[in-house]
Amino acid sequence: MTETKTSPPATHPAREPVIRVEGVGMDFSGRTVLDSVSMDIYHGETAVVMGGSGCGKSTLLRVMIGSYQPSRGRVSLLGQDITDLSEKEMDPLRLRFGILFQSGALYNSMTVAENVALPMREHTDLDDGIIDIMVKMKLELVGLRDFGELMPAQISGGMKKRVGLARAIALDPEIIFYDEPSAGLDPIVAGVIDMLIMDLSKKLGVTSVVVTHDMNSAFKIADRMFMLYQGRVVASGTPAEIRNSSDPVVQQFITGAPDGPIPLRMSKTDFGKDLIG
Amino acid sequence: MSENRVESLLGTLGGAGKDLVFYIGGMGYLLTGSLWHLAAPWLGLEVRRRAGSRALFAQMVRVGVHSIPIVTLVIYFVGMIIALQMAYVLKGFGAPQAVPVVVGVAMLRELGPLLTAIVLTGFAGASIAAEIGTMVVSEEILALESEALNPIQFLVMPRVIATAVMLLCLTIFANLIGILGGFTISSIVLDMGSNFYYSKTVEFLKMQDLVTGLIKSVVFGALIALIACQEGLRVKGGAEGVGRATTLAVVYGIVALITTDLFFSWLFYKVL
Repeated sequence: MTETKTSPPATHPAREPVIRVEGVGMDFSGRTVLDSVSMDIYHGETAVVMGGSGCGKSTLLRVMIGSYQPSRGRVSLLGQDITDLSEKEMDPLRLRFGILFQSGALYNSMTVAENVALPMREHTDLDDGIIDIMVKMKLELVGLRDFGELMPAQISGGMKKRVGLARAIALDPEIIFYDEPSAGLDPIVAGVIDMLIMDLSKKLGVTSVVVTHDMNSAFKIADRMFMLYQGRVVASGTPAEIRNSSDPVVQQFITGAPDGPIPLRMSKTDFGKDLIG
Repeated sequence: MSENRVESLLGTLGGAGKDLVFYIGGMGYLLTGSLWHLAAPWLGLEVRRRAGSRALFAQMVRVGVHSIPIVTLVIYFVGMIIALQMAYVLKGFGAPQAVPVVVGVAMLRELGPLLTAIVLTGFAGASIAAEIGTMVVSEEILALESEALNPIQFLVMPRVIATAVMLLCLTIFANLIGILGGFTISSIVLDMGSNFYYSKTVEFLKMQDLVTGLIKSVVFGALIALIACQEGLRVKGGAEGVGRATTLAVVYGIVALITTDLFFSWLFYKVL
């Protein structure tokens, strides 16, 4: 497994990265979840972090958004080192990025429109009339303008994610993080979400970081991909580079072969010995 | 007992003591955070959150208003029970006319605050723990934080303040209902007139009976909500974790109420 050198994409030559992850490691009660991860993500690109369940990609996402403090290494976001920031120091930065959570994470006690309005109500001085208009605009971007009065419990999983996306872009963020955007969705809705991700990155020029194990969607939306395995980046590059990668782990992930360098049987002890002793 | 056993027993006790200290520390953190977020906007130290005050009102309705029927039912019956039990005892002393006083004192000083709080532990504490626990599981808490919104300010503060204030109001109400229950029995069983019952109650009850009860009720209210919020925020895992949090919120809530009640009873006995 060789670590491919990460170079800035051709369209954005020699720029300061928007997100810089340097040798980040994360241990949870003695278990190493992230070993040593480094990646630079540049302005305006859509970076996809892929990997199987338990490879540490969700942990990496939480480190990037400052909700976990890494055990080793450093993380910078929008030119600021966030590794040692306190919750309070982190807050101004939080207004500059949005997150779409895996389940949408809508506030269940509020209507769809109130969910989208909350960040604007709390962080801006705009009056309610203007906020109402902006909420309609955000909901229109995700195609749900007529659904503002419904409660989260009344809409489908795919719609929740779309509302979550509208809420994530409420304050016009510079970066949007997506945690498993297509998990649990049917192929059509997953396609809609993919289209929205590409649309937003084109229309708003935001930097997107997508964490996923859905290869179809990854190849569709990515400018650059990072393959995470056992807490390390084992491959990175453009979708074409990844597709043509000779790395067996990457190939197994693309083809979805049940056995290979990522083993089917995860037990470390000998089966025969375990049975007979 | 061998030395090893003593050592492991001490170890267990020490561990439990440490857990208790951390638990109380966590509640203290939530309490100071709540008070800070309540006071800071008034002192101009923090931007007032619009959603915070709306949540406070919603929680007051949820905790205080919706629980009125169940509190009425429970306390009215308890008032009747006390009157019946005391009528039996006091008749033996030839002093059945003391029933109004006994019921009044028992209600104001002890049963009004405590039983209303216990009802509220089941009614509000459990649902607060379940609600916040579910929010943890569905990443809503993380979503709040990532929008630079403080969960203590948005979730804990409104619940703690609402429960403390509403328990105070409910206790005043419960005192009246309990006395009404006592009167119901007295008039049926002991043939007491309403004027007699009222004058006896007013004559012997002191302001401090009422006030000590109400002081307790505010503390009880804050305790119920703090424990429920803490259990909710500590949830790990899915539905199972939420279920455990709900149970623990009620169990720890009741234990905390009784312990605090004992402390206050002792304090008031010594001081007043």
